[in-house]
Amino acid sequence: MINQLSWKVGGQQGEGIESTGEIFAIALNRLGYYLYGYRHFSSRIKGGHTNNKIRVSTTQVRSISDDLDILVAFDQETIDVNYKELHSKGVIMADAKFGPTKPEDTEASLYAVPFTEIATELGTSLMKNMVAIGATSAVLDLDIQVFEEVVQEIFGRKGQQVVEKNMEAIKAGYEYMKEQLGSNVGAMELEKADGQKRLFMIGNDAIAMGALAGGCRFMAAYPITPASEIMEYLIKKLPAVGGTVIQTEDEIAAVTMAIGANYGGVRTITASAGPGLSLKMEAIGLSGITETPLVIVDTQRGGPSTGLPTKQEQSDLMAMIYGTHGEIPKIVMAPSTVQEAFYDTAEAFNLAEEYQCPVIILSDLQLSLGKQTVEPLDFSKVEIRRGKLQTGELPELESKAYFKRYEVTEDGVSPRTIPGMKNGIHHVTGVEHEETGKPSESAANRIAQMDKRFRKISNIKFDTPVHKNAPHEEADLLIVGFNSTRGAIEEAMDRLEQDGVKVNHAQVRLIHPFPVDEILPLVKTAKKIAVIENNATGQLANILKMNVGHAEKVHKVLKYDGNPFLPHEIHSKCKELF
Amino acid sequence: MATFKDFRNNVKPNWCPGCGDFSVQAAMQRAAANVGLEPEQLAVVSGIGCSGRISGYINSYGFHGIHGRSLPIAQGVKMANRDLTVIASGGDGDGFAIGMGHTIHAIRRNIDITYIVMDNQIYGLTKGQTSPRSAAGFKTKSTPAGSIEQAISPMEMALTAGATFVAQSFSTDLKDLTALIEAGIKHKGFSLINVFSPCVTYNKVNTYDWFKENLTKLSDIEGYDPSNRENAMQTLMKHDGLVTGLIYQNTERPSYQELVSGYSEKPLSEADLTLDQEYFDKLTAEFV
Ligand SMILES: Cc1ncc(C[n+]2csc(CCOP(=O)(O)OP(=O)(O)O)c2C)c(N)n1
Ligand code: SF4
Ligand SMILES: [Mg+2]
Repeated sequence: MINQLSWKVGGQQGEGIESTGEIFAIALNRLGYYLYGYRHFSSRIKGGHTNNKIRVSTTQVRSISDDLDILVAFDQETIDVNYKELHSKGVIMADAKFGPTKPEDTEASLYAVPFTEIATELGTSLMKNMVAIGATSAVLDLDIQVFEEVVQEIFGRKGQQVVEKNMEAIKAGYEYMKEQLGSNVGAMELEKADGQKRLFMIGNDAIAMGALAGGCRFMAAYPITPASEIMEYLIKKLPAVGGTVIQTEDEIAAVTMAIGANYGGVRTITASAGPGLSLKMEAIGLSGITETPLVIVDTQRGGPSTGLPTKQEQSDLMAMIYGTHGEIPKIVMAPSTVQEAFYDTAEAFNLAEEYQCPVIILSDLQLSLGKQTVEPLDFSKVEIRRGKLQTGELPELESKAYFKRYEVTEDGVSPRTIPGMKNGIHHVTGVEHEETGKPSESAANRIAQMDKRFRKISNIKFDTPVHKNAPHEEADLLIVGFNSTRGAIEEAMDRLEQDGVKVNHAQVRLIHPFPVDEILPLVKTAKKIAVIENNATGQLANILKMNVGHAEKVHKVLKYDGNPFLPHEIHSKCKELF
Repeated sequence: MATFKDFRNNVKPNWCPGCGDFSVQAAMQRAAANVGLEPEQLAVVSGIGCSGRISGYINSYGFHGIHGRSLPIAQGVKMANRDLTVIASGGDGDGFAIGMGHTIHAIRRNIDITYIVMDNQIYGLTKGQTSPRSAAGFKTKSTPAGSIEQAISPMEMALTAGATFVAQSFSTDLKDLTALIEAGIKHKGFSLINVFSPCVTYNKVNTYDWFKENLTKLSDIEGYDPSNRENAMQTLMKHDGLVTGLIYQNTERPSYQELVSGYSEKPLSEADLTLDQEYFDKLTAEFV
């Protein structure tokens, strides 16, 4: 019996690789296993190697596994590209159709299974994926009935016959493989899971759902990998609550339309990846100086320019904190799990309205597209707080006087009215302005308004700005990361502890303003610090040094080849520090 | 009921004496009053340029944004509150150079807002460089030997992009301009009004006199029918775009607002921000 399994299916893009993984994963999720799925894909629609690696476990997993138990291959390239991940007892099941060969330097066993042939005999070669699922079930000694429900849901619309055919394909694959395996059936039998119903979703789904729950009623966006799922989800759901999504002509239009709608009083989101964020920079400054709430998602991918558009990277950090000319107050948050992406996105709308500034939700490709098991979401935790947005009747203004939209207040936040409100008229401009919004170049006013704007976020209230797992008062090592590296860091931390290294872990959730008070004590009490990040220059490490000092302790652990960190990589890099 | 005086604020425009934009401001204020608006029901969104300052000179909600982006901001405001009257405005550089992409897409999107371009064939605020509206051969600081690029024909461009309301005016024709802005506001869909608004400081070619000499009023063309798109195009071509009046209006095509499925009948800004638990449970059930 094993309590963890790593399974990968690979082939050419457009061959149904995704749906194979999907059916396998959903069925196991419903049995109560924790899953983590990560897709390797390239920037084309048909052709090109793609694979879907799915990890199944009886406990929470949020990282790709180091090695592989089962590889399902629909072409030789899949074997050649992936076999090194297989451990010695690993199994390759490859479509007999292409005459698979096993590389010499692996002890894993190869089974040529006539996926396509069996499927064709049953009606259509399209069902080869189902045959593969059946074959996998034999290795796991899994009752194939667990797939029935999912197959019904997916193919039910096409008629009962199609459902039955697909189930037959699964069965045929199971039986064929069972015979091949002989006494090895169930060689990788999984421990039973707890049967609890949990969600299985990608980060982008959670971000979109978080927006909906957080009162977002409008979105303006331009498609881009890996952000598009957010707009695709919201265009399906917003009409039911009176809202909509506009696909704009470009990202500048998207962000400025979002600014216009937020100014108009509607919680509005825009989402993009690096190239789009680069285009949005000027407008982010406009949101800053006009104190118009704005929620922007940046799903980081490999940069610069078009870079590695379908690969993991975390290299937008500095640009998100400092991007836009001039200086504005800004909030940058970085959820590290799919669950948190939901809550953080909902909360971003509160922060944007309370602090009247741009809020950037930083994600990365691994978080946005990686599919994880998520504990049921607690909707009662979602609050709607609109800050100093005025409601009800406003006091009469003197003739021609404007509402003091930019009133200099103690906390820096000024009362806010929206168009349509009687006695709320004021001017909004990206030019420096005085309390009613009229342009002003006075030096004293400039200082008063600048200081007012920065005062807003000097005391920001943010729940759990850093995830601390700090079992040691004095640690040999403090590991720091942000966004999706959390899962791999947690696993590496366990192994380091087993090696006798005392490790504390801080995953930074509020990137800006940097939570100095939360992190500094951990930094002080650690002998060494390893900052784990998917970029080439160590942006988080530099931000950490800038904010809390102790530069001599800080070591950068970087990976920028387009792939997420694996636990063993973090483990070994950290060990090298001792 | 508000009069045009209610749309005046106490800010003194910093335009040069004689600048065409003064009349555009006056026409906008009159049109707003004439269609029966109260100041808080109007939002004027403007770009950057001399003309872009206009939103600060009108007693209404006003948003002076960034160069070239008045249209997406204005469309966002309208989406947020369909009961507001939203006017976007700015210069020829703002709308036909840096913001050209937005202009074409706002036209084809047909959201119910009015866009007023103050077209002086020059960059005023940056002190006299060529604009996409400058004629070939026009000498400016950035084209000392004369512009070698072709000028844009915004009205023809608008027609080909599928505009439902296309008009042009001259800033001294206060009455005509006011009437066109009123018609634009009332039009259900996107209305584009290009206004020849002379820059007396940097454009010594396209002066008030020049326009008086070269413009043809559509009302002087017998039988001109603004519902005939083909004829509108031919007339524009024949007069090299130098006509004033309502060039084209399509009253049949519904505005964007009317076509968005599920779009709230009342202003979206008044939408209930909460979801009920039952609906939320349905949302999450899709991921089990
Ligand atoms: C992104 C950006 N680029 C350049 C400028 C400088 N700029 C301000 S206004 C303007 C052009 C003004 O011309 P136009 O839009 O025709 O307005 P006018 O001043 O003639 O009314 C330029 C280039 C700017 N503000 N922002
Ligand atoms: S420079 Fe030209 S456009 Fe600008 S205010 Fe003066 S006259 Fe008007
Ligand atoms: Mg101009």
